[in-house]
Amino acid sequence: MVGTDMTATATREPSARGHGSSRRRRVSGHRLQERRAGWVFVAPAVVVLVVFLFAPIVMAAWVSLLDWNGQSSPFSGDAEFVGLDNYRNLLVDAGLLRGDFMLSVRNTLYYVLFGVTGVTVLSFALATAVNSWVLKGRGYFRTIFYFPAITSSVAISVLFLFLFQGSGVVNVMLSWVGIDGPSWFNDPRGVLHIVLSRFGMDAPPSWLADNTLGGLSLWQWVSGPSVAMCALIALTIWASSGTFMLFFLVGLQDIPIELEEAAAIDGAGAWRRFRHVTLPLMRRSVVLVITLALISSWQVFDQVFILSQGAPAKTTLTPAYISYVRSFGDGQFGVGAAVAFVLFAIIIVLTIVQRWIGRERRA
Amino acid sequence: MRHFALTHYRVRALTAAVAAAALVTACGSSYDDDDDAAGDGDGSASAGGGSLTVMIGSSGEAETRAVQDATARFTEETGTEVEVIPAQDLVQQLQQGLAGGNPPDAFYVSPDRFRMLAEGGSLYPYGDRIEDVDDFYPSLRDAFTYEDELYCAPKDGGVHALVIDTDAWAAAGLAEADIPRTWDDLAQVAQTLTTDGRVGLAFTGDYNPVGTFMLAGGGFFLNDDQTEVTADTPENLATLRYLEENLDAGTFAFAPTIDAAWGGEALGSGKSAMTVEGAWVVGALQTDFPGRNWMAVPMPDGPGGSGSTAFTNCWGIAEASENKDAAVDLVNFLVSAEEQQTFAEAFGPIPSRSSLAGWNAETYPEKAAFAEGLDSSRSQVAVPGFESVLADFNTQLEGMAAGTVTPEQALQALQTNGEALLAQE
Repeated sequence: MVGTDMTATATREPSARGHGSSRRRRVSGHRLQERRAGWVFVAPAVVVLVVFLFAPIVMAAWVSLLDWNGQSSPFSGDAEFVGLDNYRNLLVDAGLLRGDFMLSVRNTLYYVLFGVTGVTVLSFALATAVNSWVLKGRGYFRTIFYFPAITSSVAISVLFLFLFQGSGVVNVMLSWVGIDGPSWFNDPRGVLHIVLSRFGMDAPPSWLADNTLGGLSLWQWVSGPSVAMCALIALTIWASSGTFMLFFLVGLQDIPIELEEAAAIDGAGAWRRFRHVTLPLMRRSVVLVITLALISSWQVFDQVFILSQGAPAKTTLTPAYISYVRSFGDGQFGVGAAVAFVLFAIIIVLTIVQRWIGRERRA
Repeated sequence: MRHFALTHYRVRALTAAVAAAALVTACGSSYDDDDDAAGDGDGSASAGGGSLTVMIGSSGEAETRAVQDATARFTEETGTEVEVIPAQDLVQQLQQGLAGGNPPDAFYVSPDRFRMLAEGGSLYPYGDRIEDVDDFYPSLRDAFTYEDELYCAPKDGGVHALVIDTDAWAAAGLAEADIPRTWDDLAQVAQTLTTDGRVGLAFTGDYNPVGTFMLAGGGFFLNDDQTEVTADTPENLATLRYLEENLDAGTFAFAPTIDAAWGGEALGSGKSAMTVEGAWVVGALQTDFPGRNWMAVPMPDGPGGSGSTAFTNCWGIAEASENKDAAVDLVNFLVSAEEQQTFAEAFGPIPSRSSLAGWNAETYPEKAAFAEGLDSSRSQVAVPGFESVLADFNTQLEGMAAGTVTPEQALQALQTNGEALLAQE
């Protein structure tokens, strides 16, 4: 197209100058048109993003600087501007809010640590299973494993509430093998504390009890997740493994079968094929799944809202739940927005760190 | 009633789960049915010139229908169309309406949310336009009075009472005369009623029942004006020590520790012989545990005499409403003696008018104890932001039951957190 056009121009206007200028003008007009068309085509998406994403973020950032009770427009000037006070109360000044927030960060750290590890391992295992040629009825199992992902999280949470009741299914089954199950949603101790108390260590050593980080003693930081939080982690792993299984399945199916065969011919056993062929090729899938699981873990809200409301002893309190309770319960929407932004920062930082660790290293 | 909504939360969650399950199987046909059952409002609301929207935090189908029927009678009398919106989450939906400048005209307001809304200028104070205002129990009016101005009309009321499983009572060889009048009596009968697998007294381990005990012990979280924290006092300490002693003895228990979500469930399922609850327990026991025989008696007196927490809701009218006169007429209609009687019959709230005390005691003798002592009761803390402080106190109480927190520590934490909040105000 361009070639013929140029020839035509050259025949009509032999002057090099004329040729150049006319070409520049015509092509730049063409580009302008293209640019305009481009903007027209992306405009709906841009408008949607600006209206429903960027504008709310900016508005929430503004709210986090206000003492706003949520009963008027935050832009009317009725709400007092308090600068960074909300952030200071949250992160610096000792008090109930900082205490609650630090507890919620601790809880979520454990939730992320065990939840993300668990879901990655489980969904990888499921994907390997349904991808294997040995398994009969793979389509059936794929559907079964994916089922929790399309079930409402509310329904799943209520189901787990029944399962983990003191006289619920889990405890009944434990009693068959002679274990007296805990009252899952009541024991406020962390599992590490429980394990240590089995070994007769009930009180913390002084270096753990006396040193504090963010107003919380180190002993409290290393408590481990409470039993209730473990149930919550189990719920999340179960409910989200199906979705992540699909991610892994796509990755596994991208691996050419010849590679596996070549490795097998070279004499590699099943484990070595998995370790040195499959796993390296799955790096990008693993990084993606960990990133997504990490982000959604930090935002956990609905399970907490339905199952425990932070109980027992605030061991299932999460930042997102604090944000909700402070906003709607106490009418401190500025604090709620500040929590959301600190959470945002935590997620960004952790994702960057995690991507840096999981980056592809080329020799 | 806020407490009402809380204890029924799990029920609603269940309903949601069932609805979700129904959606999977029946592909959403249930939605249309819901609409038919719920609404004579939708279509007609926009028809009339003067129309009102009313948002309620309903405890269930019975309450929603009763309010809809009552507003339909109002429409018949006055011609003003009324749309009733049963909120899934009243606090949140109301807040959205207020923030957006488009709140419903009238809505339920609980005492612990009241001051936040009054301070924020969201409520239209219509106390001087309530008909026969002195007839409402003073403690209920106090709950909705801010800076000496009555803002809204209490729609119902009730106090904590001691609910007793009468079969367990008789089986333990106890008689009418043994009904506890004092804390010592209470500890004693709780001990008598405690058997293997059943505690004498169980109640929800949160600040509400404990607050009732504190009132009878001569203390409370805040002073009368709600300007000072009075948590760390000898009276409150004695109260918590009394509870701790009996918790340790195994004759009292917080409901969650015996695997019951709340006091009513503990009593209904037979895990406890007595509980401390408000009038909402009546409907719950009838629905969930119809086989349980029970009676309700006033809370026993503590060292500080008699005392109990009052629970109520009022009909708030939005300052931003464009139809305040009609809204006031509607509220006056809804809190009239006849309509309150209809409500009591339909879904069981205790009327907020003292002139109906006799009628209530006669018609519903089993509920009389929930209205007794309304005169001398105290309503929930109204200071904005106190919810988080009391939520932390709940955690302290949990620790106290588990033996990891002493009563002194619990009260000191409450005092410190409460003072920090009041200093911010």
